Parts: sequence; C-alpha cells; structure tokens
Amino acid sequence: MNLQFTAAMSTTLLLVVASASEAQVPTDYLKSLETAARVAESGFAGFSAQRGRAWFNARHGTDWSCSTCHTEDPRAVGRHVTTGRSIAAMAPAANPERLTDAAKMEKWFKRNCGDVLGRACTPVEKGDVIAYLTSLKR
Amino acid sequence: MLNERKRKWFDAVVWSVSALFALGLTVDAAHAESHRYAVDNAAYRAECGSCHVAYPPALLGAEAWRAIMQGLNQHFGTDASVSDEKRAEITAYLAGASGGKRSAATTLRITESQWFRKEHAEIAATTWKLPAVKSAANCEACHRQANSGDFSERNIRVPR
Repeated sequence: MNLQFTAAMSTTLLLVVASASEAQVPTDYLKSLETAARVAESGFAGFSAQRGRAWFNARHGTDWSCSTCHTEDPRAVGRHVTTGRSIAAMAPAANPERLTDAAKMEKWFKRNCGDVLGRACTPVEKGDVIAYLTSLKR
Repeated sequence: MLNERKRKWFDAVVWSVSALFALGLTVDAAHAESHRYAVDNAAYRAECGSCHVAYPPALLGAEAWRAIMQGLNQHFGTDASVSDEKRAEITAYLAGASGGKRSAATTLRITESQWFRKEHAEIAATTWKLPAVKSAANCEACHRQANSGDFSERNIRVPR
C-alpha cells in the first residue's frame, strides 16, 4: 500500500470517527418530550439520568425490564430474550448510531414499552432513559 | 509407441478438462444452494430482522404472511408494530416471494410446520434447550450463515 493512500484512508477514518462521536439526539425530539413532560407533570424539573438508570433496570409489572434484553450495561451487546438474536449496544458511547433518528426511537418505544410496561411510556420516562443512555461514557 | 504416448496425453487432457468442468458446476450449484433463501428487501430486514433472522419468505404461504402482518401488535407475545407504509411494503414483498411446498399450511409458526419438524427430527430435545440456542426461532444458532439466506448443510454447526 503506498503512503499517500494510507494517509488518505487514515484521514477518512478520522473524519468518520469524528462525525460519529458528534452524533446527537435530535433536538426537536428532545424539545417535544420536554414540552410534553411539563404538561404531564406540573413540578417537572428536567430529565434525570439517575431516574432513567433505575427505570431501565427495574421491572414494571411484567417479566421483563429493559435490561432483560439490553443487559444492565447498555454499552454491551444485548440479546433478545425469546429469539436469542443479538442486539447492538444501546448507549451512543458504544454505538454512535443509537438515538439519532426520532422516528426509529418512537417505533421502538412503542414496541418495547408495550412489552415491558404493558402500556405506552410517558414523556418523562422516555426523556429519563435517553438522559441515562447519553450520560454513559466509554 | 508414439501413438500410445499421444493417446495418454490426449486422455490426460480430456480428463483434466472434464474434472475442471465438473468442479465448476459443483461450485456453481453450491453457490446457488447457499443463497437460495436470500432476503432482498431492506424494509423487511430492518423492521423484522432486528428481533429475529429475517426468515426466508418461501417458508410460509402468502395467506400466512398476510395474517402475520395484520397482527404485528401482538406478534407471538410481543409488540412488533410498524408504520402502515412499511407494513404495506413488507406485506407485498413477503406475499410475492412466499413459498410453495415448504410453506406451513396450518400454522403461522414456521417452526411448527411439518416440513420444519421433519428437517429437524434428528435434533435432540436437549439441544433446543441449550443457552446458545434458546429457541427454534434462533436459526443462526446452528445455521451460521442464515442471515445471508444460506441454510446449506455445510454451514451448519450444532452447538454442544
């Protein structure tokens, strides 16, 4: 491999890594959750990573918690509890694609809140768990 | 004497060429076999393939696929809802690529079809319960290339 090519490849790789680590939760989506949270809870004082963590690991009236499939460390690869299929890490620190697409997040909240809570998640629950996942560092 | 030698050479060449040709055919057949169940719909892969292997459409009939796609909010015990748009696209794909003789006639569960049971008759009950297997829905536990539609014998490794 010639030197120029190697240099070009390294630069591309660096750019990819840099842009990946800048991936963010869409601001519009977070704002809409905040607005909805304020309406739902009069004393709402912002999302909490700490609450999100406890909620992620707790069971909510069914056999499953979020951590049943995603493990108690969202930076780790999970495993679907019934089918055994591997699930990519949830924390953006480990998987920069996560939490970057609002429609995808809503789709999975709909599916998984139904399975784990037997109801839809509230805006506070969603915001808290996003705060928890984004607070994790590598 | 010279003729004899020539004939030997001729034989050798004919045999080599035939052997190469036969090898080529075998490789080709194996290649076709190994990708017979390839899934080529991105929406199906993305929406359904996150929780389980995107099962080859040929393993169920069109009616069964339609029924499954109608009941995604209660999909074998979980909520697997997709948007109406995606549902229409995926249903059309699955129905269009659905199967004939291998498709399950009376059940929506591929693993309960007669065909599936027959193909897997030699697998011990204890194997199905291994942590690495967990569920008959977990094709990849043994069919290591299932995700690329390759269910060929040579890519089977049954965990112990």
